[in-house]
Amino acid sequence: MAYLELKHVTKRFGDLVANDDVSLTVEKGHIHALLGENGAGKSTLMNILYGLYTPTAGEIWLNGKKLDIRDPKQAIAAGIGMVHQHFMLIPALTVIENVMLGYKEISHFRLNLNQAAQRFTALAEKFNMPISPWEKVENLTIGQQQRLEILKALFRNSKLLILDEPTAVLTPQETDTLFTLLHQLTDEGLTIIFITHKLGEVMDICDQCTVLRQGRVAAANLPISEIHSHEQLAELMVGKSIDLVTHKAPAHPGDTVLEVRDLHYTDREKVSRLNGLSFQVRAGEIVGVAGVDGNGQSELVRCILGLLQPESGAVYVENADVTGKHPKEILAHGVAHIPEDRYKMAMIKEMSVNENLILMSYDKEPYATHGVLHWKEITRRNEELCKKYEVKTPSVAEQAGRLSGGNQQKFVVGRELDRAAKLIIAVYPDRGLDIGTTKYIQSRLVEERDRGAAVLLLSTELDEILELSDTIMVLYKGRIMAQIPQKEAQRETIGLLMAGVQVSGSAAVTEGGTVC
Amino acid sequence: MEHKLTGAKLGRLVDKIYFPLASILASFLIAGAVFALMGFDPVAAFGGLLSGSLGNLNAWGETLNKATPVILTGLSYAIAKRCGVVNLGAEGQVYIGALCAVLAGTELNLPAPIHIPVTLLAAFVGGALFGTLPAIMKNRFGASELITTIMFNYVALYFVHYMIAGPIKDMESGSNFAQSKQMLETAQFPRLLAGTRLHAGIIVALLALLFYQFFLFHTTRGYEMRVIGLNSTAGRCAGMNVKSNTLLSMFLAGGFAGLGGACELMGVQFRIMENAFNGFGFDGVAVALLGGNASGGIVLSGLLFGALKSGANKMQMKSGVPTATIYMLQGLIIVFVVGKKMFDYHRLRKADSKHPAKEAA
Amino acid sequence: MEDIASFLSSLIRMSTPLLIAGLGLVFSANAGIVNIGTEGFMLLGALMGCAGSYWTGSAFAGAVIAMVATMVFSAVFAFFTLNMQADQTVVGAAVNIFASGLTITLNRIVFDTTNGVPVIETFNAMPIPGLSSIPVVGVLFNQSLVCYLAFLAVPVVWYIMKKTHIGLEVRSVGENPRASDTLGINILATRWWTILLSGLLSGLAGAYMSMGQLSFFTEGMVSGKGFMALAVVVLGCYSPVGVMGASLIFGAGMALQYRLQAANTGIPYQIITMLPYVITLVAVCGFIRKSRAPAATAVAYTKE
Repeated sequence: MAYLELKHVTKRFGDLVANDDVSLTVEKGHIHALLGENGAGKSTLMNILYGLYTPTAGEIWLNGKKLDIRDPKQAIAAGIGMVHQHFMLIPALTVIENVMLGYKEISHFRLNLNQAAQRFTALAEKFNMPISPWEKVENLTIGQQQRLEILKALFRNSKLLILDEPTAVLTPQETDTLFTLLHQLTDEGLTIIFITHKLGEVMDICDQCTVLRQGRVAAANLPISEIHSHEQLAELMVGKSIDLVTHKAPAHPGDTVLEVRDLHYTDREKVSRLNGLSFQVRAGEIVGVAGVDGNGQSELVRCILGLLQPESGAVYVENADVTGKHPKEILAHGVAHIPEDRYKMAMIKEMSVNENLILMSYDKEPYATHGVLHWKEITRRNEELCKKYEVKTPSVAEQAGRLSGGNQQKFVVGRELDRAAKLIIAVYPDRGLDIGTTKYIQSRLVEERDRGAAVLLLSTELDEILELSDTIMVLYKGRIMAQIPQKEAQRETIGLLMAGVQVSGSAAVTEGGTVC
Repeated sequence: MEHKLTGAKLGRLVDKIYFPLASILASFLIAGAVFALMGFDPVAAFGGLLSGSLGNLNAWGETLNKATPVILTGLSYAIAKRCGVVNLGAEGQVYIGALCAVLAGTELNLPAPIHIPVTLLAAFVGGALFGTLPAIMKNRFGASELITTIMFNYVALYFVHYMIAGPIKDMESGSNFAQSKQMLETAQFPRLLAGTRLHAGIIVALLALLFYQFFLFHTTRGYEMRVIGLNSTAGRCAGMNVKSNTLLSMFLAGGFAGLGGACELMGVQFRIMENAFNGFGFDGVAVALLGGNASGGIVLSGLLFGALKSGANKMQMKSGVPTATIYMLQGLIIVFVVGKKMFDYHRLRKADSKHPAKEAA
Repeated sequence: MEDIASFLSSLIRMSTPLLIAGLGLVFSANAGIVNIGTEGFMLLGALMGCAGSYWTGSAFAGAVIAMVATMVFSAVFAFFTLNMQADQTVVGAAVNIFASGLTITLNRIVFDTTNGVPVIETFNAMPIPGLSSIPVVGVLFNQSLVCYLAFLAVPVVWYIMKKTHIGLEVRSVGENPRASDTLGINILATRWWTILLSGLLSGLAGAYMSMGQLSFFTEGMVSGKGFMALAVVVLGCYSPVGVMGASLIFGAGMALQYRLQAANTGIPYQIITMLPYVITLVAVCGFIRKSRAPAATAVAYTKE
């Protein structure tokens, strides 16, 4: 008998059908992969199982009993634990406070943190995940936070653990450690649902796999033995056979466009975020920055763009010293920026597409003269831009927030690339997008490179970095661990460098095997 | 931009009008019930309110006169809010603006065509500079304007009380009240309509509205302010200077409020007395909120609140309902406007229409 | 010595309403609520306290009536900000405007002020035997019951916030409501009760102003003290002990104001009256950097 059974689960948000008649079964002690593109409905389905959403229709059976889960409390009581993609931790509180939040098995009124800390430490040691219960969560690394999330679930005696894209934030080696842990957990009798969009992971660790496509089941409970290739999975996921490789000709680098010299930055809490970075990006090349999130990526970008003041060091754009200059001045040197979080940094969702498209050039001719905007000219140009960059919108007067995520990112990318910039800084440019849009944006970046732009690409997806970059730079704790030409780059080596392990020159070229 | 009245646009227009009207209606119903509970006759009360505000030509004039300062304080709240600053300090800015106007209007000797603009300018600059103080504190120290603007209201109030009881006290009229001298005739607004007290202040208010609309939607600086008000991080990434925009928005906010004080002074009161402008600031908050911080909405809601204020006396006369109850009405209208989900007809049509944006990607 | 004693006594009386309202706000502010309606709640509390005392002949019955009335009133704030997800500042401003109209209206209906101010029962001093006869500092032990309770509540609130599930839940709801939701914490319920509690205590604070500091209600008498209570919470870094410290500082400013007015210094009284407001301005500019608001402050929570 199956341990967990979802029967005909449907979830509608207004007109949008996030899950349409989804059925799947999970065996006890198995690791079951839930595979699908961004927006395929994986997270929605698991949030239903965890009680965060109420299904529109369908049934959930756990261990032979029908569950009626209305909120997470009931899910937790039923032995379900979930590690969300964005960790559900409270940075300002201590580890043990995070663990105890909502856990009233010991006492309903008093917190009894000392007693809880003892139990927590014992549990952490058993699974070889030492974390101090008294540390503040904001001081933990991303990897530690993930382990804390797993411990939080184990502390509550979870028998079914849902992991939502757990490897997105890890180095390849950390991923291996996680996989070892997951096997240890299944040995203890736990059942695991593993949400991912990475094909390799499914083959590496899972026993069974269910593929979701546009809210529907494309393949249910596929035993891993029946999966023969990445392409087979990709086709199930996307619905048509797709080219997984972005085609790109060899680079012909020209003059140096961006030069960073010995950059140091220390934040308000006196934590050193950048420790003497030096590198160059030349015209006609893509330099990819690999690294686990939080190792100085966003500080580096902000220092280059003038959004943060570096402590020391210098930034040159085309030999002009722009260190500490106002962002506006730096952008005027021909710098384009596709930021990490478009909702926060690149668009105003309440404004129209038209108003959003002039965000970077509203005060330049022909958009404005003497401080007065020329809406007719602006509208005409923006309509062209939408056509050119395949932005699907009823009109440029449409509210930006009403467009789909892919179209939003397209107009952001279009706005930045249409200025024929000399330097393009792209930070996670395809985060949260489907494969089609991702490929579109990637090939646009390559086109810009071929036009002669210098591209600095930051991504947490190692595959993307390896595929697009001409040179790969590994960032760890605000330091550059290595700069490696694409031809010589090895997944393993880069993974070690991302974890701060220095690799000697010869070791970098051991083992064959292709990138990606 | 797009000029065709598409279906979607029509829908949005209905949205814009439906919610405020539903709010006003609900507020009057509740207020009527409260009046009845307190033992008053709501029909007589609202009848008095209506005839006092719109019953005859004179009443119309009064309504426009009362609308003038609250439209300006409404603009004060609105322009700051557009830039993401909550200006609860219009009251203090009104007082300081009025003080500057009184100084210009009593101490300078100029012909009317020059004296009136100079007096208005003095009020604008005075209010504007006073308005920048909380902006400076916010920029420099991160001090929340929610607290500082309120504190400055009291500082301004007591400072003006000190001035009219001392340095600029009217010694000539022989009265022992704390009050300033009367504005010279050259600094007083002309009447616009015979048989009414309607003064030229309404023209100042309308010009300010035009400026507001043009500045926000047709200038680069106004665009910057709106971007920053909606998403300051995006503004910063685009190279905009958040602090200078904060400063400018509060400068303009203070200036609008200062003009509000000046108009009331130059058209109605002619001298400052104790507590003469109390409530003007928060009237403005109500006007801006009901008007959705849009110029057209501010005119309409300004006229509504102007009508409430001008009709309040007659309401008290006819039904005994104290004039202060219009503040209850204002408070009710605001909560209904911002709590508009209550009247959300979309929600009545289709339930559970929210969906997470990231899933829609 | 006489001066010091009377200053201390005045300091305690001036600090008490800020402390009471501030302790209530510790709960709601930690849960992520910015409630500028506190001003209006205190105003209503001040009136309802007097009205209650006038009707029942007992100051404490008056205080209870004030607390119940403001708690009911704060339910309106809670409903619109939480259930309707309206902007907290805007609803707070509306509450203040409404309260100013309501209190003026009720004041004229309940009390026939044309014949002068009626005499009502107020909070009497409750000297603590022995302690109250100590020279100078004895005045600290010659206050009303409400004062003692307010200061005794500080360690209680501290314990609740730091050592119990209730406090942890309140803090986590203010920091990260979504994370709290995934652990089965009811965000709406938590925010509801913190607003009701803070409304109730604002009512008591207002009642203390009209029946402990003064002996009757006057229109607009709260005059910014509600906003000062908000400032006290920010300056006190959202902790009850900090709130007590900040209340005492502001109380000292107000006590100084009254001493200066009485001392006939030649400074115009209007200028002296500004003192507490100026102190608040200086305080929020000088010390606010050290204080960190809960991460989800003023953000409505939408359950997806």
